[in-house]
Amino acid sequence: MSLFFLSALVLPKIAWSAILPELILLAAPLVLLAVSALSARRLPTGVYAGGMGAAGLASLGASVWLWTQVTPHGAGTAVDGAIAVDGFSVLVMILVSSVVVLAALIGEGYLRREGIGGPEYYVLAMFSAAGAMLMASADDLVLIFLGLEIMSIALYVLAGLDARRQGSGEAAMKYFLLGAFSSAIFLYGIALVYGATGSTNLPQIADFLAHNVASSDGLLLAGMALLLVGFFFKIAAVPFHMWTPDVYQGSPTPVTGFMAAVAKAGGFAALLRVFFASFGLLRDDWQPVIWLVAVVTLLVGAVLALVQRDVKRMLAYSSINHAGFILVGLEAATTRGIAASLYYLFVYGFMVVGTFAVVTVIARRGDEAHDLGSYRGLAQRQPFLAAMLALLLLAQAGVPLTTGFLAKLYIISAAVEAHSYALAVIAMVSAAIAAFFYLRVVVLMYAGAKSGVGLPAPLAATGAGEGAGSGELSPVAAYGPGAASAAELEGDRPEASRPDGAGGGEGHGEPDAAGVPATIALAIALCAGFTLLFGIWAQPVVELARQATLLFH
Amino acid sequence: MLHAAYLMPLFPLAGFAVLAVFGRKIGNPLAGWLATGTVTASFAIALVTLAGMIGEPASHRSFVETLFTWIPVSALHVQVGFLIDPLSLVMVLFVTGVSAVIHWYSIGYMAHDEGYARFFVYLNLFVASMLILVMASNLVFTFVGWEGVGLCSYFLIAFWYDRPAAASAGKKAFIMNRVGDAGFLLAMFVLFNALHTLSIPAILAHLGDLSTGTATAAALLLFLAATGKSAQIPLFTWLPDAMEGPTPVSALIHAATMVTAGVYLMVRMSPLLHRATDVSEVIAIVGVATALVAATIASTQNDIKKVIAYSTVSQIGYMFLAVGVGAYTAAIFLMVAHAFYKSLLFLSAGSVIHGLHDEQDIKKMGGLRKFMPWTFAAFMAGWLAIAGVPPLSAFWAKGAVLVHAFSYDIGLWIVGAITAVFTAYYMGREFYIVFYGDERWRRLEVIKGDPHESPWVMRGPLVILSVLAAIGGLLDLPFHPHLDFLSSWLAPVVGSVSRHSSVGVGGEWALAITDSVLAVIGVTLAWRLWRVTADARHLEPAFLQRAWLVDETYDKIFARGGEALAGFLANVVEAKIIDGAVNGTASGLRWMGSGLRRIQTGYVRNYAIGIVLGLVAILAWMLVRAGV
Repeated sequence: MSLFFLSALVLPKIAWSAILPELILLAAPLVLLAVSALSARRLPTGVYAGGMGAAGLASLGASVWLWTQVTPHGAGTAVDGAIAVDGFSVLVMILVSSVVVLAALIGEGYLRREGIGGPEYYVLAMFSAAGAMLMASADDLVLIFLGLEIMSIALYVLAGLDARRQGSGEAAMKYFLLGAFSSAIFLYGIALVYGATGSTNLPQIADFLAHNVASSDGLLLAGMALLLVGFFFKIAAVPFHMWTPDVYQGSPTPVTGFMAAVAKAGGFAALLRVFFASFGLLRDDWQPVIWLVAVVTLLVGAVLALVQRDVKRMLAYSSINHAGFILVGLEAATTRGIAASLYYLFVYGFMVVGTFAVVTVIARRGDEAHDLGSYRGLAQRQPFLAAMLALLLLAQAGVPLTTGFLAKLYIISAAVEAHSYALAVIAMVSAAIAAFFYLRVVVLMYAGAKSGVGLPAPLAATGAGEGAGSGELSPVAAYGPGAASAAELEGDRPEASRPDGAGGGEGHGEPDAAGVPATIALAIALCAGFTLLFGIWAQPVVELARQATLLFH
Repeated sequence: MLHAAYLMPLFPLAGFAVLAVFGRKIGNPLAGWLATGTVTASFAIALVTLAGMIGEPASHRSFVETLFTWIPVSALHVQVGFLIDPLSLVMVLFVTGVSAVIHWYSIGYMAHDEGYARFFVYLNLFVASMLILVMASNLVFTFVGWEGVGLCSYFLIAFWYDRPAAASAGKKAFIMNRVGDAGFLLAMFVLFNALHTLSIPAILAHLGDLSTGTATAAALLLFLAATGKSAQIPLFTWLPDAMEGPTPVSALIHAATMVTAGVYLMVRMSPLLHRATDVSEVIAIVGVATALVAATIASTQNDIKKVIAYSTVSQIGYMFLAVGVGAYTAAIFLMVAHAFYKSLLFLSAGSVIHGLHDEQDIKKMGGLRKFMPWTFAAFMAGWLAIAGVPPLSAFWAKGAVLVHAFSYDIGLWIVGAITAVFTAYYMGREFYIVFYGDERWRRLEVIKGDPHESPWVMRGPLVILSVLAAIGGLLDLPFHPHLDFLSSWLAPVVGSVSRHSSVGVGGEWALAITDSVLAVIGVTLAWRLWRVTADARHLEPAFLQRAWLVDETYDKIFARGGEALAGFLANVVEAKIIDGAVNGTASGLRWMGSGLRRIQTGYVRNYAIGIVLGLVAILAWMLVRAGV
């Protein structure tokens, strides 16, 4: 029956509109490639960025239009049942399209700075995004695999885009080898599930399970185990996460941000759909696995992030920690839990893209300055970047008035409602651990310039005039974490050799203030604005995620 | 009717945002005018809303305007919404109106200050918070405004943060308010636990479901919050210290608006007090006791602003007395009238301080009436108004409170009447010491040359407020049923829970005449004792000058005791137990991290082994489940 998808292509009743966002993101790179091949001279990178931005916006528009179609009419399928047109898939499409637009903005600034020409970044990113969308909307295991491969193969190449840096090539190679390995496992899982149920179509699998007692079917359970491993690899759950730090660190920074948002979105969307919708009846079998994996993912991600000095590695472990949170929502196996996971996934996409966009700028030409030391005293040199990064990191830490807080809140309340008390507690503990390494960066940015000296004690600024340097709202600035010294906060490798002081720490002589390309600044502002706005004005996105889950096919 | 209540806080909030970012660039004086403009715009919208509301029948004058759900968590749905009814509209009108005038005045008063733009940043944020406080449709959102005004109060008291006294006064205000805020939070917990809602209309509609005990607890906790914000016994000592802030702040926040928020909260929740009559009695007693204590202290202070500050505490005591005896309209009436004459007094005092280059000791002033005729006249209007001299505003407003107190319990009335004499006396004392007698500033060389009258931007507000302080009584005249505008206006909100006085028309006349006599006694005393001399130590007992030693007692019990406890906690509990645990955890985690890190070898083959091991584990589990 899996071949029905192919035969369906020749049938006239394909609802092209249902896969419009994917089509846009598949067609646009082909056009870009053709343009680049046919044009007589090298086109500036801005042309491709414009193309990708336009494609992203078009796909975003198409996704929003689909949303308006889905909400009144309810969920449905298209292309002979291979594609699910429901709120869940459309919301992921909205997220991925938005990330595409942001990635175009960030990539333009990055590629211009690094002097990397050509359409490769844009083309691959769009293919990858289309793959992620396909994963989210596929209603058939084979189609999920197809989406997974479209997404992944493009990502492998993207990881190695910066050919001049050895780390980039290494990242691509590692990602590719392990990715191929996990894809093979995933594919084998599909085969076993097909063997057990006679179908790869998700509703048909669910239907089969509803009418047959298959819970003790070793074939089916083994297939589920293999599928889980494939998904766990993509979403970087422990112990399938080991590629993550190396790949996140080695990839060009904008690619890392894109990867973190899109690969997680695609992987989680498919994982949630397959296990909640198709294998929902077997939850007693898979829930304990998710429970244990969520626990180790939460803890390993948080603990290992603590000991990182490289910001990209730290954020890689942080993304692992976030994956643990999203798994907690799946573990609840309730509608509310899925809605919480979806909400988390959605807002995390904006947070992580924004964060890596800031990291891109701070890394400077060469994309190398990722040591925590580069962030010391950033608030004085780059107040805009520091403020945005502080906001995004606080959001990731789950501080109220940001979407990050609401995301953690909904996940934990879903876990509590599903009586997973232990898991809820562990998630909160891991969030507390994680808060440390986020705040460490914030403290370094804002207090690090006065290196060696302790941070100002709370309220010191109201007494001493020197606190006035922080601008209009000086009493606010008085809120500092305790009197720990900045050097102590900087991690396990004190740097006695590094010259201290504002502006110190980088060998490059570039001027600081002028360093933010306008396109990247716009992307950062969009991400931070989204995070703050919908953190305060919570209702719309929360409602979106809730509706999307209710409109589950 | 205009359904755009959200615009009212939005304007000052936008002003805050713009000034916070661009304030310095906009500069002096444009930043001040911008801030004034935003508040005036809010006032205009309030007027339009009022006009619309007057056109509606009384039963249709209340509506909730919900913008969006702020916190949707299972059963708890906290809306960002505004409750517009006659009560909140009265509050909005006088808050925005008085704020606009004081913003205007500040343009002149703060003209030479380095923090000019910063001042208006805080001031605009304050107005926005205050409007949220009075208009919020649920207690959580009210609390946002409640905390917002507290925060702005802290910022503005400590505005000159390089002065240690100002910095510590800011902290004191903030900390004492925290005590009250804890009461607010607990009250919300109690109410939510019992009624599963925090929406104010819903709470008030379902009060019948509350047990008497719960209602009493909630009402008492809310009253605790009110004593903090409104500086009542036992939490009143922060307000006199708050005079370290710039004078317009004292007028706006620490006289007219923020400190009356507690009274507003009580009136807003008056049906709850109606269910908890014991609490009403407590409120009445606390209120009248505060009124008397503060009035006695005010009679002996030598700081021009501290006299007025204690006077504020005393006057708010009257308002709580009114709340306690169930005269909610009288409480609001006095609040509005008080806003007029008290901000007038503060702004006049500010004018004096301005003219004498920041001198605040009244014993160094004297004979200023020749040099500052406008200020002199304004201050006199304020004094006679607060004294209750007919037909100025306090005569009517305070009179209404005292009539209800008399009808409730004669003991309360007696204390209130004695306080009235003190009120006329202490303000008269200040008036004569400042504007009559020797020109002591000349001998003490406070300034070079003669003091100058303030510029017109400061005189204009004085004139407006003088007129309002004089005619404010028109809002709610007794004797004739068509003249009690405020009472009939507020009737849909508080009418059913108000207590009606049993005094009768003859009694009201008698009480009004008594009030006038009391006022005249106070005025005469001040005139006889202080017109010529400023030196009469026997009239200023040290016990009263030191404010009944309350600060010292608090210092001994709470500050010293707290310090000792804190020392124990810091040196023993924190250093040994908590730090030990935290550092232990931290080093444990770090150790774990370093250990785990070794798995991260960088070799693909090892990573693949990780995947395989994970796969084997999951497969093993599944096969166990399958029973293989």
